[in-house]
Amino acid sequence: MASAEPQNTTEPAIALEIIQQFAAEIPFLKALSASVETIERGRCRLSLPWQEHLVGDTSTGIVHGGVITTLLDSASGTAVFSVIPRVMQIATLDLRIDYLRPAMPNADIVAEAECYRLSKNIAFVRGRAFQESDREIASSLATFMLASSTL
Amino acid sequence: MAQGQLDQLRDAKKRQAPQDLVGAIPYLEFVGVTVREEADGVLLCRLPFQDQLVGNPTLPALHGGVIGGLLESVALLQLIWSMESPVLPRTINTSIDYLRSGQAKDTFARGRITKQGRRVANVRAEAWQDDPNKPIAAAHGHFLLG
Repeated sequence: MASAEPQNTTEPAIALEIIQQFAAEIPFLKALSASVETIERGRCRLSLPWQEHLVGDTSTGIVHGGVITTLLDSASGTAVFSVIPRVMQIATLDLRIDYLRPAMPNADIVAEAECYRLSKNIAFVRGRAFQESDREIASSLATFMLASSTL
Repeated sequence: MAQGQLDQLRDAKKRQAPQDLVGAIPYLEFVGVTVREEADGVLLCRLPFQDQLVGNPTLPALHGGVIGGLLESVALLQLIWSMESPVLPRTINTSIDYLRSGQAKDTFARGRITKQGRRVANVRAEAWQDDPNKPIAAAHGHFLLG
């Protein structure tokens, strides 16, 4: 499905390199050793190597839900940054995550999000997390409020 | 051989040592969650602020994923604590409302089991910083038991 491209092509947008730098500097993503894979208009993909200290269930090595939540929240927020016309604060209103199957140990986790609708005040984003190219482990829906003032 | 996680959780429950639940869950140790029991069997989680937990350095504000993870955790811990014979519940889904920005200070969280069936439990959780009546986030989740 199409992403929420800026409606008017003359509408300014934030340079993708700037957004990439921004995302790469998010402290908690750095603490998780997550990295920014790709950013396009309306889309963002992050990834994270499996790490023992991120596990929630030690009998199976499944990573804690907080890690998936973090990846999906950041991928979703970054997807929004890629379609808004200028740098502004955005705030997550809500984030709903379905855990489709357990995350396997020893495999990278990839999260990607797509902003599929941008209104004047609200951005709507869907996301998914997966391993080994197509094994979906979670899906998400999020909404973001766009700040009224510029930074 | 290391003691199994389930045994660790059950031991913590038996010894009424909630902080030992955290010791059995690596992610919670990593982010630095602490937990204690309030008078009525209700657990109170505390997440001391650390620079590495920030999601937005310009405000600065805690990462939404940190807050979401805290809410999911307190829900899970409360379930484990309330079960006669604890299992590690599996999260089916979570729905998180972000109500205020999480500032650079300690965060607290508490969960309430709204329904515990044989197979599924519904839990609501809230996180706050200075005032429990001004939550920074609220979540509800479904958890599969056993």
